[in-house]
Amino acid sequence: MKKDLVIIGGGPAGLAAAIAAKEAGVDDLLIVERDARLGGILNQCIHNGFGLHTFKEELTGPEYAGRYIDKMLSLDIPYKLNTMVVDLSEKRTEGENRKLVTVMNREEGLYTIEARAVILAMGCRERSRGALNIPGYRPAGIYSAGTAQRYVNMEGRMPGKEVVILGSGDIGLIMARRMTLEGAKVKLVAELMPYSGGLKRNIVQCLDDFGIPLKLSHTVVDIKGKERVEAVVIARVDEHLKPIPGTEEEIKCDTLLLSCGLIPENELSESLGVEMNPVTKGPRVNESLETDREGVFACGNVLHVHDLVDYVSEEAAQAGKRAAAYLHGALKKAEKEIPIKAVNGVRYTVPASVDVERMENVQVVRFRVGNVYRDAAIEVSVNGRVVSSRKKKVLAPGEMEQIVLKKTELEQVENLQEITVAIRQDV
Amino acid sequence: MEKKEFVCIGCPLGCNITVETEGAEIKTITGNTCPRGADYVTKELTDPRRIVTSLVRVAGGELPVVSVKTASDIPKGKIRECIKTLKNIELQAPVRMGDVVAENVCGSGIDVIATRTVEKE
Amino acid sequence: MVDVVVIGAGVTGCAIARELAKYEYKVTVLERASDVCEGTSKANSGIVHAGYDAHPGTLKAKLNVEGNRMMEALSEELDFPFKRNGSLVLCFDDEDRPKLQRLYEQGLENGVKELRIIEKDELKQLEPNISDNAVAALYAPAGGIVCPFGLTLALAENAAVNGVDFRLNTEVQNIEKTNGGYRVATNHGVLESRVVINAAGVYADRFHNMVSEEKIHIIPRKGEYCLMDKKVGGFVSRTVFQLPTIYGKGVLVTPTVHGNLLAGPTAVDVEDCEAVNTTREGLDDVLKRAALSVSHFPAGQVITSFAGLRAHEEKGDFIIGQPEDAPGFFDAAGIESPGLTCAPALGRYLAKQILEYLPAQAKKDFIGTRKGIPSMALAGPEERAKLIEENPLYANVVCRCELVTEGEIMDAIHRPLGATTLDGVKRRTRAGMGRCQAGFCSPKTVEILARELDRDMAEISKNDPGSEFLTGYDKDDIEE
Repeated sequence: MKKDLVIIGGGPAGLAAAIAAKEAGVDDLLIVERDARLGGILNQCIHNGFGLHTFKEELTGPEYAGRYIDKMLSLDIPYKLNTMVVDLSEKRTEGENRKLVTVMNREEGLYTIEARAVILAMGCRERSRGALNIPGYRPAGIYSAGTAQRYVNMEGRMPGKEVVILGSGDIGLIMARRMTLEGAKVKLVAELMPYSGGLKRNIVQCLDDFGIPLKLSHTVVDIKGKERVEAVVIARVDEHLKPIPGTEEEIKCDTLLLSCGLIPENELSESLGVEMNPVTKGPRVNESLETDREGVFACGNVLHVHDLVDYVSEEAAQAGKRAAAYLHGALKKAEKEIPIKAVNGVRYTVPASVDVERMENVQVVRFRVGNVYRDAAIEVSVNGRVVSSRKKKVLAPGEMEQIVLKKTELEQVENLQEITVAIRQDV
Repeated sequence: MEKKEFVCIGCPLGCNITVETEGAEIKTITGNTCPRGADYVTKELTDPRRIVTSLVRVAGGELPVVSVKTASDIPKGKIRECIKTLKNIELQAPVRMGDVVAENVCGSGIDVIATRTVEKE
Repeated sequence: MVDVVVIGAGVTGCAIARELAKYEYKVTVLERASDVCEGTSKANSGIVHAGYDAHPGTLKAKLNVEGNRMMEALSEELDFPFKRNGSLVLCFDDEDRPKLQRLYEQGLENGVKELRIIEKDELKQLEPNISDNAVAALYAPAGGIVCPFGLTLALAENAAVNGVDFRLNTEVQNIEKTNGGYRVATNHGVLESRVVINAAGVYADRFHNMVSEEKIHIIPRKGEYCLMDKKVGGFVSRTVFQLPTIYGKGVLVTPTVHGNLLAGPTAVDVEDCEAVNTTREGLDDVLKRAALSVSHFPAGQVITSFAGLRAHEEKGDFIIGQPEDAPGFFDAAGIESPGLTCAPALGRYLAKQILEYLPAQAKKDFIGTRKGIPSMALAGPEERAKLIEENPLYANVVCRCELVTEGEIMDAIHRPLGATTLDGVKRRTRAGMGRCQAGFCSPKTVEILARELDRDMAEISKNDPGSEFLTGYDKDDIEE
């Protein structure tokens, strides 16, 4: 099978990318989704709060996904469900560069699609108990927040009655409310850092509303119970995030939910040999959201973990559009990639570079900060000279930030070498 | 004069808003980025409301439950009662996104609607 | 009345059962847990030791070398993953060279082949990531790695196919001598048997002491491990041990037969036979000691950690055979490292003794081979296509990290001694063993188990009863 464009993943990123590509004139495209339905993780995010930016209304996850699925269906974009991409590789022949996407599903078996371009939109996974290396027993009752979310929201099944949540990421906060509303007792949320990794609105709506304590600078140091969780031991941590002896407290519970960060799922990208950014754990991309492999684009949580799905859709639409340009020969080869350096509190930027000739008039650059900053400014410098500074009352690692680069302004810079994004606190 | 701090939940920006009150009267509202912030804190002080999302059982569907929400926010004090009402409802598949699941829930004047489609099994 | 009761379905019990299945015996295996391979056999290094560790003349030494030699053929007969990857014992100090030399000589005496001491240059050539502090090493090409679940399950399934009766969730409560043998009381009734085999791991002393006045004492010795992502599975290609020093016994760093990297174990004696919890000190110790063997040990790539209990008998050697005062009662006790390696040889060794005690004819229709669950992850493109053609469920991926399909999970459930728990599926197929640690696949696997076993999802457990995942429906606890 041959395709101009294969989009790996039918979640919010894949859907928006496919729609944008189709609207930009790519007709020979295909979405490959491993799950039984389109929409990805949004299907289990039944809480409200999605779509404020995009639709100016507050939707639930399935409703937000539904908007894109309807649009996609109306555009007759082909897709395959229950289909797993098992391998991604490149085939280079003279003048031609093809991506080989090997997929399998029940109906068609195992086969390879030859694609001219690929958009990576595989999303992310949750950090597991194992990766956190929490000591203790290994009983039933330890779930990542997303696994519990699936049991509750898709199956109507409760994974526990008395719950402790480790990590105040958004899924953890949302699950605190979901579990409470469905009849469980959430005893507390423990957060290793001195600040929450989740959105403030979720702390207010999911914890404060229900009187659930948030214990900052706390972690789980032991898990008790041989068959089922019987208790967890939490302890305060010091400034190096090490548990402080003597601060241990045993909390009786039958369930421990973990919401300790998301990791982009880049096993396929890595099998293709795509250059990765060690900070985001996603591919390094340029202004066109193109990886170092020509014709391979990335968007959504596989690229970097987003806070709001609205930004995923926006970014993915950009990837779809740029992939279309590539397929139409309108995206010239990147020649002069100007690095965007993330310094002084800025952990990374996406994109990581821009080619001024290739960029569109307005280029959004997204990033996260490494700490909580109050009354700081986001400063953009070009060749070491500050060109813009935007004051922010508060900057927090849980919330994605952005700056905008303008092509017309960059074109005027003589001998453009580098762009820097930094946090300045003495403002 | 009394000072109260709020984090606006009107949108994901989550503005930190300070309200100064004297008795029941709101004197100043600062820190909000948009007028919705002022509306929000006024409402939080006088009539706090929330959108409630939950589940309702579905018989004969591709999924055993359908996700639902209040079509708009209901009084915060009625959340528990709303959930209790939903406990006693069982729908028959198919259920369409937007279908009304419970009318005028807890006398709030607000309907509970399905937020996804559940086809017949 | 049965001929033989085997207590314990770990690797030792299963190896013995499979050996006895070759003869006209009526054999029943009693296992307390809900599955085979639930004790020491599931939480160890997965090493097929070359045989230089044990003191010459001990049962450990004899059975180790024999077991090591048997493993290759057995892995082919019973289709479980085994690789002779070779092992190294690192020496970090020239002053310790005499110890390395002694180990070498001990190996020779035990009959280990191809042993040699290599110097730093060759060592670095073999293993570029070895620490610069290593000055020399004992190299044993005969060392290997095996999947401990794969080995145990293969032995158990093959025994079952050949008529051995496995009774799971069956705990032995008492053993009494009778005229013709033993009366074994369990939580599911009483069995009369001519012969009893005690392969009860950390509980073996309890059963031995029920029938014999020559008391033994098993001390559970905890070993904690960290398992690393497959991304760093090639960090070393041989199993790397450390020469014991004044700082302790040292830990090993090894690739696993499935391509992960494993570090451990610690060695701490505990009281509780169920204390398979990991500890902060233990895990930190493993990572710290592993970093002595290799440069830039990838501690950040841990995907899970676990602890196992070795059944250490206080006198130090295996206890195999009949106590003088309890004829017909055969111990396989104190089976600590290298127990996994020894299992096939131990089974044969003990079967010989049992044949002398209770002669029997060889079974004519014994089936000596067994086919494992085909693995999509390991299959090449052609084999994958063939598997899917035979069963389209082999194209439906359930565990994305380890590429395990519904076809494999169905096979795991429906084969002899099939999986009934999530851990059972995991050990048979690797579903949930990858980097997301079952975050995505566990709800799907639970659903498949419920469907195939015709149970409700709420009845599906992680392993033993009491470890069910689900506690009820939404709003059950909302009062009206």
